[in-house]
Amino acid sequence: MEKKLSDFILGEEGVVCKVGGEGRIRRRLFDMGITPSATIVMKKLAPLGDPMEVTVRGYELTLRKTEAEYVIMTVKD
Amino acid sequence: MKVALIGNPNCGKTTLFNKLTGSTAHVGNWPGVTVEKREGVYKAKFRAAERIEIVDLPGIYSLSPYTPEEVVSRNFMIDERPDLVINIVDATNLERNLYLTTQVLEADVPVMVALNMIDLLEKSGDSIDVAVLERELKVPVMPISALKGTGVDKMMERAVAECKPRNGVTVINDALTKEVAATLDYYENAGVPSPLFHAVKLLENDEIELRRNGARELLEKIAQDKDLEAAVVDERYKYIVSRLAVAKQKGKANAANKSDKIDKVLTHRVWALPIFAVILFAIFHVTFSEDFLYIGAWASLGRGLPALADLGLSDGMETFVGIFYDGAVFSPGVILFNIFDTLFSTITDAVGGAISTEWLSGFIADGILSGLFSVLGFLPQILMLFLWFSILEDSGYMARVAFVLDRIFRRFGLSGRSFMPMIMGFGCSVPAMINTRTLADENERTATIRVIPFFACGAKLPILTAIAGGICTYFGVGNADLITYGMYFLGVIAAVVCVLLMRNTTMKGEIPPFIMELPAYHRPQFKNLMLHLWDKTKHFVKKAFTIIFASTVIIWLFSHLNWSWHYLTDDMMNESILASIGKFIQPLFTPLGFGSQLGAYGWVFAVAALTGLIAKENVIATFGTLGACLIAMGANVGVASDVLLADEEGVTSAIAMITATDINIPALISFIAFNMLTIPCFAACATAKGELKKSTFRWTLLFWVASGYTISCAVYTIGAWWWTLFIWLALVAGAITVIVLNNKGKIKFRKRKNNNAETVQ
Repeated sequence: MEKKLSDFILGEEGVVCKVGGEGRIRRRLFDMGITPSATIVMKKLAPLGDPMEVTVRGYELTLRKTEAEYVIMTVKD
Repeated sequence: MKVALIGNPNCGKTTLFNKLTGSTAHVGNWPGVTVEKREGVYKAKFRAAERIEIVDLPGIYSLSPYTPEEVVSRNFMIDERPDLVINIVDATNLERNLYLTTQVLEADVPVMVALNMIDLLEKSGDSIDVAVLERELKVPVMPISALKGTGVDKMMERAVAECKPRNGVTVINDALTKEVAATLDYYENAGVPSPLFHAVKLLENDEIELRRNGARELLEKIAQDKDLEAAVVDERYKYIVSRLAVAKQKGKANAANKSDKIDKVLTHRVWALPIFAVILFAIFHVTFSEDFLYIGAWASLGRGLPALADLGLSDGMETFVGIFYDGAVFSPGVILFNIFDTLFSTITDAVGGAISTEWLSGFIADGILSGLFSVLGFLPQILMLFLWFSILEDSGYMARVAFVLDRIFRRFGLSGRSFMPMIMGFGCSVPAMINTRTLADENERTATIRVIPFFACGAKLPILTAIAGGICTYFGVGNADLITYGMYFLGVIAAVVCVLLMRNTTMKGEIPPFIMELPAYHRPQFKNLMLHLWDKTKHFVKKAFTIIFASTVIIWLFSHLNWSWHYLTDDMMNESILASIGKFIQPLFTPLGFGSQLGAYGWVFAVAALTGLIAKENVIATFGTLGACLIAMGANVGVASDVLLADEEGVTSAIAMITATDINIPALISFIAFNMLTIPCFAACATAKGELKKSTFRWTLLFWVASGYTISCAVYTIGAWWWTLFIWLALVAGAITVIVLNNKGKIKFRKRKNNNAETVQ
């Protein structure tokens, strides 16, 4: 099942299938390890509901929901 | 031999740099447009044939062209051609760290990989097969622990022995052979150094490479409709996962998760914000409070604790106890301040008394020493504040604060990341402005740099405490702590309002992205903290003995000489050169409450504000020098001498000035506000100039003058005549209406060709 990373609920896990966006933001997502076939676990939301914290490639990354919208995931069962 | 250190942020690069160069190394900062790198010389344990210079490059995740730090590292590696690049890799986070390595390897420079934090890795039960990595990467790989120093010297020995020219290799060659060949051909013909590096960067759709003549056309021809950028990144990570990460053996113990546990509390949905507020309050309380354990406040519910003077102690004992207690127990910061203050006033009195020539004694005791000491006396509190922020930053908590606060910052058109430079502004604007380099967005950087001075830095603190103390003692109203905190708060509000204003007028544009690593928590290293503090102390003391020293001497001379260069005694100060200059600019400050309405001695405030433009410490140093003169005039001032003797340096002078000028409370608050919000010190201006574009910098100066003047004017008028509040509110409402209508396109202004257009880009 495909789903945007921004729609992930707490604890949900998936594999990156496509990264959209362009220029700086896309590049930054790539550089931080969000590339196709990377596994991502949604860890937590900030107290005010945004940004979110995820685990990717063995470390903790934070990004906003608007940025996570560019990341299309395949949800792991 | 020149060795460059390159690596991800937080991989222990600075620790290694300090280890290599030793704590006595010459650590210099070069704040400039292009480079922010540190240099030092390797303290060799073995006999090195030549001097080894170490260059510490900024921490980066990638060599993309989007942040100034990445560009600096990239240019250094390619253009300056160091003899060796040591790529520091955090062994506990191999995958992402090696991503940078694959890029570094593409340049034609000798590379060595330092596998740092190997001790932490082993502790967690994992292991890395160094031989496998070395075979795959084809460069030397050395496991080290920069913190403990294990393996560091062995690494350097090997670096010297095996350092030889090397041609770049790329891991994407297998999958994108044709594409790499085509771009490589283009760069080889152009004859640039490290052609392979540039060739791969072009395939990554790199902005810098695309500017090259014909590059865009070439890329379009090769790429056709393929997404090469994604393909290159994908290849890098595929290679890392399949060939390199296999070197890592997972142990049984599933470690890590101390950070997770701490985060359960510190970034908790409900508790995160209150905890942050408490930490911030605690920091300021420990540093500045005169009622540390609230003993005084509790006791005042009953009969209260006795004041120091009522204890009936002998003189020596009273001075000693006064360091810690006066009706309440002082906080550690205040105690340190008092120790220095007592020491300094003893020296000043002794020196002043020992010299019999009147003018010389005045010059040395009142001119030089009281000015200098009133500045140096604040060093402990400034250092203490700096220490707390260093601890928060080193431990990894600052990144969490950015995470928690991002949502709020976004409201103002910034990202949570701009929080770090802003909070650093409480320490000193200069490093804070340099820290904005981590912000990738040009608008965000400019806006942040402009409001950093509003976060009252350590040097502005003396102005705050002296005048707040003066208000409380002289007028007998309010609470000095409360006024101080209130002024800090005013600065923050001013920053928020100004950012909102800028983002809605001259700096419209998208909200910058917020994609950031949350590093694992770790205990701040004592040695590192001390190095920070030592750097800061050196900087501050140097400033005190050069620029501030010179200014106080000049102020004293000008206040004791008249235009025909005759010496004037203290009580004739009003005929001095300084007085006539001060009286000349005095009317400028009339709308702010400390101008012409203050009468004959009112110019002292004008002069103090002016000297603050050189260094903010000067404001209080000027107070010290001029206050001493006013006190000498005793009769005119009419302050009972016991009030003067009972209090700290800055406050005494402030009281003398208040008495001599009859200034009122709103004008004093406005004076603090003006000094806080106007053009910062010379050093901060120079830094801002280096960090900003030329035209933007000129507008920034204008912005500072305007913001300082307007806000202080509002503070004064509202404080003096409460009904003017409605006039100000009407003005603000009008301005908001115009901006909102303009942004909605309802009304249009003639388009001007000025820098506003430029900053928007």
